[in-house]
Amino acid sequence: MIYLKFITTILLSLLLLTACNEEGKLSLSERSVIYCAEGSPETFNPQLVTSGTTIDATSNQLYDRLIAYQGDKNTLSSALAESWHVTHDGKKITFYLRKNVAFHHTDYFTPSRLLTADDVIFSFKRIIDTEHPYHLVSGGNYPFFQSVSFSDLIDEIEKINDHTIRFHLSHADNSFLANLATDFAVILSAEYAEQLAKQKAKSNIDTHPIGTGPFKLKEYRVGSLIRFYRHERYWQEPAQIEQLVFDITPSNTGRLTKLLANECDVTAYPIAHEKIIQREDLSLEAVTALNVGYFGFNVKKAPFDNKLVRQAISYAINKKTLLDTVYQGKAEMANSLLPKTSWAFDESILEQEFNPILAKSLLTQAGYSDGFTMDLWAMPIQRPYNPNAITMAKLIQSDLKKIDIKVNIISYEWNTFLKRLKLGEHQSFLLGWSADNPDPDNFFTPILSCSATQTGSNTTFWCNQEYDAIIKKALQTTNINQRKKYYAQAMAILTQAVPLIPIAHSKRYQARGNNVIGNILTPFGGINFYHVAKRKLTSKKTVVKQNPQRRKNNIINTGVN
Amino acid sequence: MLVFTLRRLSLFMFTMLLLTLLSFSLNFLFPGEAIINLSGAINATPSQLIELNEAYQTHRNFFWQYMTYLSHIINGDLGLSMASQSDISTEIVNLLPATIELSLVALLIAMLVGIPLGFIAAIKHNKLTDNLILSVSMLGYSVPVFWLGLLAILAFSINLGWFPSAGQISLLFEIELVTGIQFIDILLSDSPYKWQAFSDATAHIILPACVIAVAPATIFIRLARTSMIEVLETNYIRAASAKGLTFQQIIFRHAIRNALIRIIRHVGLQFANLVTIAMVTEVIFSWPGIGRWLIESIYQRDYTAIQSGLLVLSCFIFIVHILTDFIYAALNPLARGIKYGA
Repeated sequence: MIYLKFITTILLSLLLLTACNEEGKLSLSERSVIYCAEGSPETFNPQLVTSGTTIDATSNQLYDRLIAYQGDKNTLSSALAESWHVTHDGKKITFYLRKNVAFHHTDYFTPSRLLTADDVIFSFKRIIDTEHPYHLVSGGNYPFFQSVSFSDLIDEIEKINDHTIRFHLSHADNSFLANLATDFAVILSAEYAEQLAKQKAKSNIDTHPIGTGPFKLKEYRVGSLIRFYRHERYWQEPAQIEQLVFDITPSNTGRLTKLLANECDVTAYPIAHEKIIQREDLSLEAVTALNVGYFGFNVKKAPFDNKLVRQAISYAINKKTLLDTVYQGKAEMANSLLPKTSWAFDESILEQEFNPILAKSLLTQAGYSDGFTMDLWAMPIQRPYNPNAITMAKLIQSDLKKIDIKVNIISYEWNTFLKRLKLGEHQSFLLGWSADNPDPDNFFTPILSCSATQTGSNTTFWCNQEYDAIIKKALQTTNINQRKKYYAQAMAILTQAVPLIPIAHSKRYQARGNNVIGNILTPFGGINFYHVAKRKLTSKKTVVKQNPQRRKNNIINTGVN
Repeated sequence: MLVFTLRRLSLFMFTMLLLTLLSFSLNFLFPGEAIINLSGAINATPSQLIELNEAYQTHRNFFWQYMTYLSHIINGDLGLSMASQSDISTEIVNLLPATIELSLVALLIAMLVGIPLGFIAAIKHNKLTDNLILSVSMLGYSVPVFWLGLLAILAFSINLGWFPSAGQISLLFEIELVTGIQFIDILLSDSPYKWQAFSDATAHIILPACVIAVAPATIFIRLARTSMIEVLETNYIRAASAKGLTFQQIIFRHAIRNALIRIIRHVGLQFANLVTIAMVTEVIFSWPGIGRWLIESIYQRDYTAIQSGLLVLSCFIFIVHILTDFIYAALNPLARGIKYGA
């Protein structure tokens, strides 16, 4: 009897504990948001990377930029710089900084002063000055800035007074301000850098970040979680949530389960869209992103050094099947590098024809009538521009088999994949690009310019002087129509040379519980949790009944109308 | 008792010797260079390689290499993980307690549910209740754990929303790692949300622990049933019954105690089985334990982690085995004379 009583007591106490769980956690969970992220960041300094996962986790959460984009039209607006002034020749740009910007106060750093011109100079000098003591910390690679030739563009950064700085440019460049507003151009703390130099722990600047952003880093467990606390002395209103946790869940089904079980408030790149839409307590949102998923060739390696082979392959791939299968119709077919939403998009570019017979004859012309064997590198993770590169690679494999090309699919862990791509070990690859700013140049220069071959963001290693000259000219003119013409010319060159085959412009999806309000997704660049707040859950989870009938009716109605 | 202890200890020593010999030879059997497999230093520079060769005495014969390997293990140096280049012994120290915690809770559930059910079945021997319990236990035993785990998540996390589906505790709670056993750490922490964290951790452990407990519980049912049937047929029970004791008095005073003794012997054996099940379950429930870590290491061909992980896990299971032997011997003086009974 005593035994039975013992069991009942234990069971009852367990039940009690779980029962009070709901009530108690609410207070903490109401003030916090858990975001299920798709991967771990490589570093905490956005200057050093172009990977979207890292940008998502760091850029808008931890840092601020001098200027920012605002509104639907993406006009530039003030951020850390209260105002700015550009001279007539476009070569001198002066920024007037805010005087009330505080840096993060964390376990590892206590700032003694507010933001000054020194911090801005430190942040940019680190990138452009190869002699700078911090330039080579963490490898000395600044892919975004190198691809837009930042160090050639900036002659000097002059400190006028504590809150005024002037950039002297070597030539007028229309994309300069746009580039300063990207997620990469963040402002670091010079004071923190000095302290680290004294402690001989310079590399901490990129692993234990200090910025001015709405959140500060509390804890990072590799491959498991990132914990942010609210920055109480943020120069704008402090964020509404106190704690932001990135729950790193690389598996697609894992993220879905956590969302459905309400363990995540927001989840990145959800699968099973239908299931999420059915639930009344969850919502699915999408933003038409400025991005492109493409199939690229390493033009330095045979047989892809031959233009005819590249053209042949572009005719042999059935893009429509790729869109239907890989993107499940949630993307637009890409006919050029630029998405339709960009102002520089050229309407005259036609859809690429699917024509295996023409492809075969081009191959014969190129001297490969018997076909050949090639390696295709498919990225291992899900990105908005390519939700499933392995499946896409398999479809391409079967398409190319029809013109006697045997495809070996190769995939590495994400960081290794990028590293080896940069070294040019591949023959062909599936990758993509998400724009960092709305300027069309952001597609042309980083992906395909000659300077980008050196920095590793142009992994086709295609370098064409004529193309480079055109995109350079486009940057120097302020006349929008003229620029549009230049970009049309550049796209015409690409259609001829085919260093890569654009496949799709996709939408970026995100799912969240309905109690989370405020914008998170942005049309380009990383996500932003500053505006997020949590509403009190009025009712506990509602059991949602499916109603397929209603859905069917809707479809029928629209058909009739 | 002293002789008994010495016997167990010598058995432990020899088994450990064999186990380390096996894990040592694995370094040569795995693909790649033995010294890299041993140390896990895949990015070692030539000068570092020379140092490593010196540290592991690779120029001497296998016996001395094995001896240095043993001394490395005794000093707690299990090498670096090939995948993450972090120290394996610290990783194991961080992860093993989570597995121990989960396994112990599961074992507790399995015993609390399995043993009483087995007794009931024995008392109602050859009646409907007995048959019912036996067929349910058969069913529980044959259900694959990975399927059961997914089913449990689907039913209790997604559809009913009673329990969380992944992890040890909600990520919102910051609990400092002291012992690694979550419940103790929560009680030690000075977080203002201590009790919320405690109940959250309880909610997190119920689902995986129950899933793990199913298979061992069915075995406990059978064990308890057989041992109870045997006990009920002994002469002292008949004598008690002849003395006029009521049925309840016979069961609670005499039968249960004597039947329990026989079951405890098997707990150690069942624990090994349980840890194996726990490893698969950890993957399904994203439990941050050593099982998930080991399975990930196998995926990543992290040979250093695989051999050290195997060594530590088997060592752990063996220690539990010996501990239950001690408990059994302490409770039952008759067992102390039996040689190497296992």
